[in-house]
Amino acid sequence: MPKIKMPKSNPSLDMTPMVDLAFLLVTFFMLTASVRVSEPVVVDSPSSTSEKLLPDNVILVTVDNKGRAFYNINNGEVRMKTLEQMGKQYKVDFTEKEKKRFAGMTSFGVPIAQLKQYINMEDPERLKVKSPGVPLDSLHNELGDWIQFGRIEAARQAKAQKDKAEKAGRTFKYEPMRFAIKADGEANYIAVKEVIKVFTDKDIYRFNLITNLEQGDKK
Amino acid sequence: MAEVNTGDGGGGHGKHDKKRAKKASTRIDMTPMVDLAFLLLTFFVLTSTFNKAKTMEINFPAKLPPTAKPPRINNAITFLLTREGAETKENGIYYYYGEFYGPNNKDGKPATTFTKTDFSKEGLHKVLLDRNKPTIDALNALEERYKKKEIADTTYKRLALAEKGKKDALTVLIKADDKAVYKNIVDAIDELNICNVGKYAIVDMGQAELDILNAVKKK
Repeated sequence: MPKIKMPKSNPSLDMTPMVDLAFLLVTFFMLTASVRVSEPVVVDSPSSTSEKLLPDNVILVTVDNKGRAFYNINNGEVRMKTLEQMGKQYKVDFTEKEKKRFAGMTSFGVPIAQLKQYINMEDPERLKVKSPGVPLDSLHNELGDWIQFGRIEAARQAKAQKDKAEKAGRTFKYEPMRFAIKADGEANYIAVKEVIKVFTDKDIYRFNLITNLEQGDKK
Repeated sequence: MAEVNTGDGGGGHGKHDKKRAKKASTRIDMTPMVDLAFLLLTFFVLTSTFNKAKTMEINFPAKLPPTAKPPRINNAITFLLTREGAETKENGIYYYYGEFYGPNNKDGKPATTFTKTDFSKEGLHKVLLDRNKPTIDALNALEERYKKKEIADTTYKRLALAEKGKKDALTVLIKADDKAVYKNIVDAIDELNICNVGKYAIVDMGQAELDILNAVKKK
Protein backbone atom coordinates (compact mmCIF):
# COMPACT_ATOMS: atom_id res chain seq x y z
CA MET A 1 0.00 0.00 0.00
CA PRO A 2 1.35 3.30 -0.92
CA LYS A 3 1.68 5.77 1.82
CA ILE A 4 -0.78 8.62 1.70
CA LYS A 5 1.20 11.73 1.21
CA MET A 6 -0.23 14.52 3.20
CA PRO A 7 0.22 17.78 1.36
CA LYS A 8 2.53 19.96 3.31
CA SER A 9 0.39 22.95 4.17
CA ASN A 10 1.88 26.33 4.45
CA PRO A 11 1.19 27.66 7.94
CA SER A 12 1.08 31.27 6.82
CA LEU A 13 -2.19 32.00 5.08
CA ASP A 14 -2.85 34.69 2.58
CA MET A 15 -4.05 37.70 4.46
CA THR A 16 -4.36 40.04 1.50
CA PRO A 17 -8.16 40.02 1.16
CA MET A 18 -8.59 40.55 4.86
CA VAL A 19 -6.14 43.41 4.82
CA ASP A 20 -7.92 44.89 1.84
CA LEU A 21 -11.17 44.79 3.69
CA ALA A 22 -9.67 46.16 6.87
CA PHE A 23 -8.19 49.11 5.05
CA LEU A 24 -11.36 49.71 3.15
CA LEU A 25 -13.26 49.93 6.40
CA VAL A 26 -10.60 52.08 8.01
CA THR A 27 -10.76 54.48 5.09
CA PHE A 28 -14.54 54.54 5.22
CA PHE A 29 -14.69 55.27 8.93
CA MET A 30 -11.93 57.83 8.73
CA LEU A 31 -13.67 59.73 5.99
CA THR A 32 -17.13 59.59 7.52
CA ALA A 33 -16.01 60.41 11.03
CA SER A 34 -16.40 64.03 11.95
CA VAL A 35 -14.14 65.55 14.48
CA ARG A 36 -16.08 66.04 17.60
CA VAL A 37 -14.84 68.94 19.57
CA SER A 38 -15.54 68.72 23.22
CA GLU A 39 -18.31 71.07 24.19
CA PRO A 40 -17.96 73.17 27.31
CA VAL A 41 -21.25 71.80 28.58
CA VAL A 42 -23.03 68.48 28.33
CA VAL A 43 -26.69 68.73 27.47
CA ASP A 44 -29.15 65.91 27.65
CA SER A 45 -31.77 66.93 25.13
CA PRO A 46 -35.27 65.51 25.44
CA SER A 47 -36.53 62.94 22.97
CA SER A 48 -39.23 63.33 20.37
CA THR A 49 -40.59 61.41 17.43
CA SER A 50 -39.46 64.04 14.95
CA GLU A 51 -37.16 62.66 12.29
CA LYS A 52 -36.11 65.92 10.70
CA LEU A 53 -32.39 66.40 10.48
CA LEU A 54 -30.70 69.50 11.69
CA PRO A 55 -29.71 71.76 8.77
CA ASP A 56 -26.01 72.55 8.45
CA ASN A 57 -26.30 76.28 8.43
CA VAL A 58 -27.38 77.09 11.96
CA ILE A 59 -26.85 79.46 14.81
CA LEU A 60 -27.09 77.26 17.83
CA VAL A 61 -27.93 78.38 21.32
CA THR A 62 -27.48 75.76 23.98
CA VAL A 63 -29.23 76.03 27.32
CA ASP A 64 -27.94 73.76 30.04
CA ASN A 65 -29.83 72.51 33.08
CA LYS A 66 -28.73 75.49 35.16
CA GLY A 67 -30.13 77.88 32.59
CA ARG A 68 -26.82 79.14 31.20
CA ALA A 69 -26.78 80.02 27.51
CA PHE A 70 -24.02 79.03 25.11
CA TYR A 71 -23.62 80.34 21.60
CA ASN A 72 -22.27 78.64 18.51
CA ILE A 73 -22.08 79.10 14.76
CA ASN A 74 -20.56 76.17 12.96
CA ASN A 75 -19.27 78.11 9.97
CA GLY A 76 -15.70 79.17 10.80
CA GLU A 77 -15.54 82.12 8.45
CA VAL A 78 -18.80 83.58 9.70
CA ARG A 79 -17.59 83.02 13.25
CA MET A 80 -14.50 85.11 12.62
CA LYS A 81 -16.47 87.95 11.06
CA THR A 82 -19.01 87.84 13.86
CA LEU A 83 -16.28 88.09 16.46
CA GLU A 84 -14.84 91.07 14.60
CA GLN A 85 -18.21 92.85 14.67
CA MET A 86 -18.77 92.00 18.31
CA GLY A 87 -15.29 93.32 19.12
CA LYS A 88 -16.14 96.60 17.42
CA GLN A 89 -19.44 96.85 19.25
CA TYR A 90 -18.04 96.12 22.69
CA LYS A 91 -14.65 97.82 22.17
CA VAL A 92 -12.58 94.68 22.56
CA ASP A 93 -9.67 94.24 20.19
CA PHE A 94 -9.09 90.76 18.92
CA THR A 95 -5.86 89.96 17.11
CA GLU A 96 -5.82 87.96 13.89
CA LYS A 97 -4.46 85.00 15.78
CA GLU A 98 -7.28 85.12 18.29
CA LYS A 99 -9.85 85.33 15.52
CA LYS A 100 -8.35 82.29 13.86
CA ARG A 101 -8.40 80.37 17.10
CA PHE A 102 -11.97 81.41 17.71
CA ALA A 103 -12.99 80.18 14.25
CA GLY A 104 -11.94 76.68 15.16
CA MET A 105 -13.64 76.66 18.52
CA THR A 106 -17.01 75.31 19.49
CA SER A 107 -19.80 76.82 21.56
CA PHE A 108 -18.83 79.16 24.35
CA GLY A 109 -20.63 80.64 27.29
CA VAL A 110 -18.61 83.60 28.52
CA PRO A 111 -19.33 87.33 28.38
CA ILE A 112 -17.40 89.22 25.73
CA ALA A 113 -15.21 90.86 28.36
CA GLN A 114 -13.79 87.46 29.29
CA LEU A 115 -13.78 86.08 25.78
CA LYS A 116 -10.25 87.24 24.92
CA GLN A 117 -8.83 85.37 27.88
CA TYR A 118 -11.03 82.38 27.12
CA ILE A 119 -9.80 82.19 23.52
CA ASN A 120 -6.18 82.32 24.59
CA MET A 121 -6.49 79.35 26.92
CA GLU A 122 -5.23 75.96 25.93
CA ASP A 123 -7.91 73.39 25.19
CA PRO A 124 -7.74 71.23 28.34
CA GLU A 125 -7.63 74.34 30.48
CA ARG A 126 -10.61 75.83 28.66
CA LEU A 127 -12.73 72.80 29.43
CA LYS A 128 -12.15 73.28 33.12
CA VAL A 129 -13.42 76.84 33.10
CA LYS A 130 -16.81 77.31 34.66
CA SER A 131 -18.66 79.29 32.03
CA PRO A 132 -21.16 81.78 33.40
CA GLY A 133 -23.15 81.70 30.16
CA VAL A 134 -23.59 84.42 27.57
CA PRO A 135 -25.42 87.33 29.22
CA LEU A 136 -28.90 87.85 27.82
CA ASP A 137 -30.67 90.17 30.20
CA SER A 138 -32.04 93.40 28.80
CA LEU A 139 -29.09 95.49 30.06
CA HIS A 140 -26.35 93.29 28.64
CA ASN A 141 -28.01 91.50 25.83
CA GLU A 142 -24.84 90.08 24.36
CA LEU A 143 -26.60 86.98 23.11
CA GLY A 144 -28.92 89.15 21.06
CA ASP A 145 -25.95 90.93 19.49
CA TRP A 146 -24.19 87.66 18.78
CA ILE A 147 -27.29 86.39 17.02
CA GLN A 148 -27.78 89.61 15.10
CA PHE A 149 -24.18 89.87 13.91
CA GLY A 150 -24.00 86.17 13.16
CA ARG A 151 -27.06 86.50 11.02
CA ILE A 152 -25.76 89.55 9.17
CA GLU A 153 -22.38 87.98 8.50
CA ALA A 154 -23.95 84.74 7.34
CA ALA A 155 -26.13 86.65 4.92
CA ARG A 156 -23.11 88.62 3.72
CA GLN A 157 -21.17 85.44 3.10
CA ALA A 158 -24.10 83.87 1.27
CA LYS A 159 -24.33 87.00 -0.91
CA ALA A 160 -20.61 86.80 -1.74
CA GLN A 161 -20.93 83.15 -2.64
CA LYS A 162 -23.95 83.88 -4.78
CA ASP A 163 -22.13 86.63 -6.69
CA LYS A 164 -19.15 84.36 -7.21
CA ALA A 165 -21.34 81.52 -8.43
CA GLU A 166 -23.22 83.81 -10.80
CA LYS A 167 -20.00 85.17 -12.23
CA ALA A 168 -18.89 81.63 -12.92
CA GLY A 169 -22.27 80.96 -14.51
CA ARG A 170 -23.38 78.49 -11.90
CA THR A 171 -26.58 78.57 -9.96
CA PHE A 172 -26.31 79.10 -6.26
CA LYS A 173 -28.72 77.50 -3.91
CA TYR A 174 -29.25 79.81 -1.01
CA GLU A 175 -29.85 78.16 2.29
CA PRO A 176 -31.10 80.59 4.87
CA MET A 177 -29.57 80.59 8.30
CA ARG A 178 -31.63 78.55 10.71
CA PHE A 179 -31.81 79.06 14.43
CA ALA A 180 -31.56 76.09 16.69
CA ILE A 181 -32.09 75.79 20.40
CA LYS A 182 -30.61 72.85 22.18
CA ALA A 183 -31.79 72.75 25.74
CA ASP A 184 -31.39 70.24 28.48
CA GLY A 185 -34.55 68.30 29.30
CA GLU A 186 -34.27 69.41 32.91
CA ALA A 187 -33.66 73.06 32.06
CA ASN A 188 -36.23 75.35 33.55
CA TYR A 189 -38.74 76.50 30.99
CA ILE A 190 -38.24 80.12 32.00
CA ALA A 191 -34.57 79.95 31.00
CA VAL A 192 -35.52 78.61 27.59
CA LYS A 193 -38.23 81.24 27.30
CA GLU A 194 -35.68 83.97 27.93
CA VAL A 195 -33.58 82.67 25.04
CA ILE A 196 -36.62 82.46 22.79
CA LYS A 197 -37.48 86.02 23.75
CA VAL A 198 -34.02 87.15 22.63
CA PHE A 199 -34.74 85.59 19.26
CA THR A 200 -38.25 86.98 18.90
CA ASP A 201 -36.95 90.43 19.81
CA LYS A 202 -34.77 90.11 16.71
CA ASP A 203 -37.86 89.12 14.69
CA ILE A 204 -36.87 85.50 14.46
CA TYR A 205 -39.90 83.32 15.00
CA ARG A 206 -38.96 79.99 13.58
CA PHE A 207 -36.76 77.63 15.51
CA ASN A 208 -35.39 74.18 15.37
CA LEU A 209 -35.56 72.56 18.76
CA ILE A 210 -32.93 69.86 18.94
CA THR A 211 -34.18 66.56 20.27
CA ASN A 212 -33.07 62.97 20.32
CA LEU A 213 -34.96 60.41 18.38
CA GLU A 214 -37.31 58.58 20.70
CA GLN A 215 -36.63 54.91 21.19
CA GLY A 216 -39.60 52.66 20.56
CA ASP A 217 -42.74 53.82 18.86
CA LYS A 218 -45.28 55.89 20.62
CA LYS A 219 -47.78 55.90 17.80
CA MET B 1 11.08 42.43 7.32
CA ALA B 2 14.16 40.29 7.29
CA GLU B 3 12.89 38.43 4.29
CA VAL B 4 13.18 41.37 1.97
CA ASN B 5 16.85 41.57 2.61
CA THR B 6 18.44 41.41 -0.82
CA GLY B 7 21.87 41.05 0.63
CA ASP B 8 23.52 43.98 -1.12
CA GLY B 9 26.91 44.28 0.48
CA GLY B 10 25.75 43.66 4.00
CA GLY B 11 29.20 42.75 5.22
CA GLY B 12 28.33 42.56 8.88
CA HIS B 13 26.03 39.55 8.78
CA GLY B 14 28.19 36.57 9.37
CA LYS B 15 25.54 33.96 8.75
CA HIS B 16 24.20 35.45 5.53
CA ASP B 17 27.64 36.05 4.13
CA LYS B 18 27.64 33.32 1.57
CA LYS B 19 29.04 33.28 -1.90
CA ARG B 20 25.72 32.23 -3.43
CA ALA B 21 23.15 35.03 -3.65
CA LYS B 22 20.30 34.30 -1.31
CA LYS B 23 16.98 33.78 -3.01
CA ALA B 24 14.93 36.70 -1.82
CA SER B 25 11.42 35.99 -0.68
CA THR B 26 8.74 38.11 -2.33
CA ARG B 27 6.46 37.80 0.67
CA ILE B 28 6.36 40.55 3.17
CA ASP B 29 5.28 39.91 6.68
CA MET B 30 2.08 41.88 6.86
CA THR B 31 1.20 41.13 10.46
CA PRO B 32 2.24 44.48 11.99
CA MET B 33 0.43 46.36 9.27
CA VAL B 34 -2.71 44.31 9.78
CA ASP B 35 -2.44 44.86 13.51
CA LEU B 36 -2.33 48.57 12.94
CA ALA B 37 -5.15 48.47 10.44
CA PHE B 38 -7.40 46.65 12.85
CA LEU B 39 -6.43 48.87 15.70
CA LEU B 40 -7.45 51.90 13.66
CA LEU B 41 -10.57 50.16 12.49
CA THR B 42 -11.63 49.39 16.02
CA PHE B 43 -10.92 52.94 17.07
CA PHE B 44 -13.01 54.49 14.33
CA VAL B 45 -15.84 52.03 14.72
CA LEU B 46 -16.08 52.74 18.41
CA THR B 47 -15.72 56.50 18.26
CA SER B 48 -17.85 57.33 15.25
CA THR B 49 -21.38 58.44 15.82
CA PHE B 50 -23.80 58.26 12.98
CA ASN B 51 -26.87 59.89 14.35
CA LYS B 52 -27.06 63.48 13.35
CA ALA B 53 -29.11 65.59 15.69
CA LYS B 54 -32.83 65.51 15.05
CA THR B 55 -34.86 68.63 15.31
CA MET B 56 -38.36 69.72 15.79
CA GLU B 57 -39.45 72.81 13.94
CA ILE B 58 -41.60 75.28 15.75
CA ASN B 59 -42.94 78.70 14.90
CA PHE B 60 -43.64 81.30 17.50
CA PRO B 61 -46.33 83.91 16.99
CA ALA B 62 -45.02 87.24 15.79
CA LYS B 63 -45.42 90.15 18.11
CA LEU B 64 -48.73 91.86 17.66
CA PRO B 65 -48.86 95.60 17.37
CA PRO B 66 -50.16 96.97 20.67
CA THR B 67 -53.41 98.12 19.07
CA ALA B 68 -54.29 94.71 17.63
CA LYS B 69 -56.98 92.62 19.25
CA PRO B 70 -56.04 89.11 20.28
CA PRO B 71 -57.42 86.65 17.73
CA ARG B 72 -60.60 84.79 18.59
CA ILE B 73 -60.16 81.09 18.93
CA ASN B 74 -63.08 78.83 18.17
CA ASN B 75 -62.11 75.36 19.21
CA ALA B 76 -59.42 75.60 21.80
CA ILE B 77 -57.86 73.47 24.45
CA THR B 78 -55.31 74.87 26.84
CA PHE B 79 -52.65 72.81 28.53
CA LEU B 80 -50.99 74.04 31.66
CA LEU B 81 -47.62 72.54 32.44
CA THR B 82 -46.02 72.55 35.84
CA ARG B 83 -44.30 70.38 38.39
CA GLU B 84 -46.15 68.89 41.27
CA GLY B 85 -45.14 69.62 44.84
CA ALA B 86 -42.11 71.46 46.05
CA GLU B 87 -39.52 68.69 46.11
CA THR B 88 -40.85 65.93 43.89
CA LYS B 89 -40.00 65.82 40.24
CA GLU B 90 -43.37 64.71 39.08
CA ASN B 91 -44.58 66.39 35.92
CA GLY B 92 -47.98 67.93 36.13
CA ILE B 93 -50.24 68.71 33.22
CA TYR B 94 -53.72 70.20 33.43
CA TYR B 95 -56.13 71.24 30.74
CA TYR B 96 -59.38 73.04 30.08
CA TYR B 97 -61.49 73.61 27.01
CA GLY B 98 -62.44 76.91 25.46
CA GLU B 99 -61.86 80.29 26.97
CA PHE B 100 -60.70 80.93 30.47
CA TYR B 101 -63.04 82.51 32.98
CA GLY B 102 -61.59 83.43 36.30
CA PRO B 103 -63.58 83.36 39.51
CA ASN B 104 -66.04 86.28 39.75
CA ASN B 105 -65.60 87.25 36.11
CA LYS B 106 -67.69 90.10 34.78
CA ASP B 107 -69.42 87.94 32.16
CA GLY B 108 -71.05 85.95 34.91
CA LYS B 109 -69.72 82.69 33.53
CA PRO B 110 -68.81 79.84 35.91
CA ALA B 111 -65.13 79.76 36.74
CA THR B 112 -63.00 77.41 34.66
CA THR B 113 -61.93 74.23 36.35
CA PHE B 114 -58.76 72.41 35.41
CA THR B 115 -58.66 68.70 34.72
CA LYS B 116 -55.53 66.79 35.55
CA THR B 117 -53.99 64.43 33.03
CA ASP B 118 -50.55 62.98 32.36
CA PHE B 119 -48.12 62.36 29.52
CA SER B 120 -49.05 58.72 29.10
CA LYS B 121 -50.98 57.15 26.25
CA GLU B 122 -54.17 57.19 28.29
CA GLY B 123 -53.73 60.82 29.29
CA LEU B 124 -52.73 63.60 26.96
CA HIS B 125 -52.75 61.39 23.88
CA LYS B 126 -56.32 60.29 24.44
CA VAL B 127 -57.60 63.78 25.20
CA LEU B 128 -56.08 65.08 21.98
CA LEU B 129 -57.35 62.20 19.87
CA ASP B 130 -60.88 62.72 21.16
CA ARG B 131 -60.87 66.46 20.63
CA ASN B 132 -59.15 66.33 17.27
CA LYS B 133 -61.29 63.54 15.86
CA PRO B 134 -62.83 65.48 12.93
CA THR B 135 -59.38 66.49 11.66
CA ILE B 136 -57.89 63.05 12.13
CA ASP B 137 -60.84 61.44 10.33
CA ALA B 138 -60.54 63.89 7.46
CA LEU B 139 -56.80 63.23 7.24
CA ASN B 140 -57.34 59.48 7.22
CA ALA B 141 -59.88 59.85 4.41
CA LEU B 142 -57.37 61.91 2.47
CA GLU B 143 -54.68 59.31 3.02
CA GLU B 144 -57.04 56.64 1.79
CA ARG B 145 -57.61 58.56 -1.41
CA TYR B 146 -53.90 59.12 -1.79
CA LYS B 147 -53.18 55.43 -1.37
CA LYS B 148 -55.75 54.62 -4.04
CA LYS B 149 -53.87 57.04 -6.31
CA GLU B 150 -56.90 59.28 -6.64
CA ILE B 151 -54.88 62.37 -5.75
CA ALA B 152 -51.25 63.25 -6.41
CA ASP B 153 -48.84 63.54 -3.52
CA THR B 154 -48.48 67.32 -3.83
CA THR B 155 -52.24 67.68 -3.73
CA TYR B 156 -52.37 65.34 -0.78
CA LYS B 157 -49.82 67.37 1.14
CA ARG B 158 -51.59 70.61 0.34
CA LEU B 159 -55.00 69.26 1.32
CA ALA B 160 -53.63 67.74 4.53
CA LEU B 161 -52.09 71.06 5.47
CA ALA B 162 -55.32 72.89 4.67
CA GLU B 163 -57.25 70.39 6.76
CA LYS B 164 -55.02 70.95 9.77
CA GLY B 165 -55.24 74.71 9.39
CA LYS B 166 -59.03 74.90 9.04
CA LYS B 167 -60.79 77.60 10.95
CA ASP B 168 -62.64 75.22 13.22
CA ALA B 169 -59.74 72.79 13.63
CA LEU B 170 -58.51 72.24 17.14
CA THR B 171 -56.22 74.93 18.44
CA VAL B 172 -53.95 74.09 21.32
CA LEU B 173 -52.41 76.59 23.66
CA ILE B 174 -49.53 75.51 25.81
CA LYS B 175 -48.83 77.48 28.91
CA ALA B 176 -46.07 76.72 31.34
CA ASP B 177 -45.37 78.14 34.74
CA ASP B 178 -41.94 78.83 36.20
CA LYS B 179 -41.65 75.31 37.66
CA ALA B 180 -42.07 73.52 34.35
CA VAL B 181 -39.05 72.06 32.63
CA TYR B 182 -38.20 72.18 28.96
CA LYS B 183 -38.78 68.45 28.56
CA ASN B 184 -42.49 68.88 29.35
CA ILE B 185 -42.88 71.40 26.55
CA VAL B 186 -41.12 69.17 24.05
CA ASP B 187 -43.21 66.18 25.11
CA ALA B 188 -46.39 68.18 24.74
CA ILE B 189 -45.46 69.50 21.27
CA ASP B 190 -44.42 66.03 20.24
CA GLU B 191 -47.80 64.68 21.27
CA LEU B 192 -49.49 67.42 19.24
CA ASN B 193 -47.51 66.41 16.18
CA ILE B 194 -48.43 62.78 16.68
CA CYS B 195 -52.11 63.69 17.00
CA ASN B 196 -52.02 65.87 13.87
CA VAL B 197 -52.79 69.11 15.60
CA GLY B 198 -51.82 71.80 13.12
CA LYS B 199 -52.48 74.88 15.18
CA TYR B 200 -50.69 75.33 18.44
CA ALA B 201 -48.81 78.02 20.25
CA ILE B 202 -46.77 78.42 23.38
CA VAL B 203 -48.10 81.40 25.27
CA ASP B 204 -47.63 82.99 28.65
CA MET B 205 -49.76 82.00 31.56
CA GLY B 206 -52.03 84.61 33.06
CA GLN B 207 -51.94 85.43 36.76
CA ALA B 208 -55.50 84.19 37.33
CA GLU B 209 -54.68 80.85 35.74
CA LEU B 210 -51.50 80.55 37.77
CA ASP B 211 -53.44 81.16 40.98
CA ILE B 212 -55.94 78.41 40.22
CA LEU B 213 -53.16 76.07 39.12
CA ASN B 214 -51.28 76.60 42.34
CA ALA B 215 -54.44 75.93 44.32
CA VAL B 216 -55.20 72.73 42.38
CA LYS B 217 -51.80 71.06 42.24
CA LYS B 218 -50.19 69.06 44.99
CA LYS B 219 -48.33 71.01 47.58
